[in-house]
Amino acid sequence: MSIEVKVPQLPESVADATLVTWHKKPGDTVRREENLVDLETDKVVLEVPAPADGVLKQIVAADGAVVTSGQVLAVLEPGAVAAAAPIAAKPAAAAAAPAAKIVAAPPKPAAPAPVAARPDAEAEERVAGASANRMGPAVRKLVEEHDIDPKSIAGSGREGRITKGDVLEYLADHQATTVGIEHDVLAQAGVAGQEPRASGPSRAEQRVPMTRLRARIAERLLQAQQQAAMLTTFNEVDMTAVMALRQRYQEPFTAKHGVKLGFMGFFVKASVEALRQFPLVNASIDGSDIVYHEFFDVGVAVSTDRGLVVPVLRNAEFAGVAEIERSIRDFGERARKGGLQMEELTGGTFTITNGGIFGSLMSTPILNPPQSGILGMHKIQQRPMVVDGKIEARPMMYLALTYDHRIVDGREAVQFLVHIKDLIEDPSRLLLEV
Amino acid sequence: MSDKKFDVVVIGGGPAGYPAAIRAAQLGLTAACIDDYKNEEGVRAFGGTCLNIGCIPSKALLESSELYHRAHTEFEAHGIRGGAGVGIDVAAMQTRKRGIVKQLTSGVDVMFKAAGVTGFKGRGKLLAGNRVEVTTDAGVETLAANHVVLATGSTPIELPIAKFDGKRIVDSTGALAFTSVPKRLGVIGAGVIGLELGSVWRRLGSEVVVLEALETFLPAADQQVAKEAMRQFKRQGLDIRMGAKVTGASVQSDVVKVRFESGGTAQELEVDALVVAVGRRPVTAGLFAPDVKVPLDKRGFIEVDAHCRTGVPNVWAVGDVVRGPMLAHKGMEEGVMAAELIAGHVSEVNYRTIPSVIYTAPEIAWVGQTEEEVKATGRPYKVGTFGFGANGRAKAMQQAVGFVKLIADQEHDDVLGVHIIGPMAGELIGEAVLAMEFSASAEDIQRTVHAHPTLSESLHEASLAADKRSIHGINR
Repeated sequence: MSIEVKVPQLPESVADATLVTWHKKPGDTVRREENLVDLETDKVVLEVPAPADGVLKQIVAADGAVVTSGQVLAVLEPGAVAAAAPIAAKPAAAAAAPAAKIVAAPPKPAAPAPVAARPDAEAEERVAGASANRMGPAVRKLVEEHDIDPKSIAGSGREGRITKGDVLEYLADHQATTVGIEHDVLAQAGVAGQEPRASGPSRAEQRVPMTRLRARIAERLLQAQQQAAMLTTFNEVDMTAVMALRQRYQEPFTAKHGVKLGFMGFFVKASVEALRQFPLVNASIDGSDIVYHEFFDVGVAVSTDRGLVVPVLRNAEFAGVAEIERSIRDFGERARKGGLQMEELTGGTFTITNGGIFGSLMSTPILNPPQSGILGMHKIQQRPMVVDGKIEARPMMYLALTYDHRIVDGREAVQFLVHIKDLIEDPSRLLLEV
Repeated sequence: MSDKKFDVVVIGGGPAGYPAAIRAAQLGLTAACIDDYKNEEGVRAFGGTCLNIGCIPSKALLESSELYHRAHTEFEAHGIRGGAGVGIDVAAMQTRKRGIVKQLTSGVDVMFKAAGVTGFKGRGKLLAGNRVEVTTDAGVETLAANHVVLATGSTPIELPIAKFDGKRIVDSTGALAFTSVPKRLGVIGAGVIGLELGSVWRRLGSEVVVLEALETFLPAADQQVAKEAMRQFKRQGLDIRMGAKVTGASVQSDVVKVRFESGGTAQELEVDALVVAVGRRPVTAGLFAPDVKVPLDKRGFIEVDAHCRTGVPNVWAVGDVVRGPMLAHKGMEEGVMAAELIAGHVSEVNYRTIPSVIYTAPEIAWVGQTEEEVKATGRPYKVGTFGFGANGRAKAMQQAVGFVKLIADQEHDDVLGVHIIGPMAGELIGEAVLAMEFSASAEDIQRTVHAHPTLSESLHEASLAADKRSIHGINR
């Protein structure tokens, strides 16, 4: 009893999608939820998972085909699949790097995750071909843990086999490219970050055309830089009070709300308060108009193994700390599984990004057009601070606010950030709205 | 009469030469192999130093002497009575050794016949134009060859201050052929050969003194292993003197007086036999006609590139006569590589994963880098060690001595070196060599099932210990 694999329902604003790459060929065994094919639209790259275990019988839409919602892509013969290694045979076409299920929406210049590079078939064979099935136990474990497509890792071992070191380097490279929306994203997002690592001391070069999505991201990032007068102002915040609160109330909070108390809840609330005080930071420019938003849709950058996504907390002004934490956790989980809807990734009037989880001490985030402000959180680090004339070790975090100087003046920006700092350093002010 | 023509002529039928010839024949080339060796009975045999006067006979004597030794020192623990009274019949021991050598060397004749290699038992000489002159008992003939592989091997170095007399001052060949156990045996050189031969006769009852000019014991080995080895050898009664430079030796009415300098003072030793085991030098004498210019390096080895090509087109050289560790298996792989390259295939030898083995008891074996070498590269590393004292099989074998040491890269976890001192080290190292060939990480070894109870589990535990997750060891 064959199953038809169809194009998922595309959002209203999207007319069609281009079939980028088939990851399986007719005759291949597939497991349920395993990615069969990538579809690309102007805004996102969609993965189409197998609806059931079975064998891919027939491919109806080929690489490069333009498809619409509901169109049949392939026919699958369902059936029991022996417990094989989760990563199966070689792809018929060019290898796709592990893109997020939905990788970035339009206003997000993010998604520095290496999207489907298209090395020529020969290079791909040479570099990643023979190794897909012959992985040692350490490599198999890592690849499964991080849900990596081994075809995208260049093997430096015998006959192109992937070694544990190859996987560790791959992971390090890809972690480096998902550190928030920062100035160095352009460099990371370039082809250089996506090329498979050549094995051995080669001086050859590999020319890989950018995918549609990557080109779009590059274009938007450049646009953002060129259109907005972007500046970044910095401040630092003493996290002692928030950390004390967390320590004191973590248990009852988790028990009552079923989610851990992190930092984001505080920062989102503080941001909303500051946005209220400085509405220009929550506004956007449309032509020659300034559009003031009387609601606060805060985008929170979430890092997944496959890349950065920025789901939006709609009307964050009405959410309590628990709800914010829960939403973020939910976003994170669904982002990793590829279950975020496109609507959740669009819009937003302000964004918060956190490079600190990767160790960043300070950075200059790039704006998400058409937003006028983005807050960058960083690593909390003990530093010697002068408190009442004495030196004490305090857990400090640098904060960065990149803003569009076309409508936000320096004074506003600085005071906005100072306000966030004040609220975080004395969280009771959040309650009292002072 | 026209010369016999061959695609490949190999001069030298030892462990580098005969595999080269056989591989060439397997790949469809016409191959000849020439070897000049005549044993003590005047019989010509293939197999080179390894089969005739090296690897094989020494292993045979090591085995016999070890059994004798264990009868005396270990049987009692097993509850076997009479061990202390076990005697040794040296002549019988030598007969067994000769029997094994004969079987293996005539085996090469069989292998040649089966593979279609034409064997010549005589002396080979490279003439200009890739012709080879062969002088056998039947006369002289010239072979025409497309390619010539030189595999003439090496020979023990003679010290001018202690010249061989074939009876009391001998080289390794002589030491393998003693017809009785020397009461006192001197050995110059605490290298692999000196230690192995010293062990044989020590076990059989000799008082053995080993004089080594260098200060460092086994400099090529991981020093943690070297230290343990020294400890064990001392316990066995091998008197190893480091930093002892021999200045002269002379035979005086049935004893050998050995003069040496140690710690600034001149000393003398009296022994019944003296073995000179200070190394081996490449053999090229008489190999080239005067108009043949095959470059040698300054130590006398034939100069070759990474693929064993000499400076002369279509002339190759492999084994002990070229650079690199003087190990039979290295020669073997080079011989095979040369044959494959001649046949137009892609081939190479991975010199980074050539294991070394010392067949003393405890046995010593290693592959890859020593801890000292890794430290010198500056790259962060981790070490996992596991002692055989905690290994069930080793205890049951009454040989729970020594340890396995694994060195891996700190970040990427790739195995950089494995060092073993203990029972069957030479066999156990095989797993490590294979692992390193496949660029394995310590984790790969951790996640590979090792049978229980075996000695190989010690390698498994050592890999776990590198990450401080040894089950059967204490993780510090």
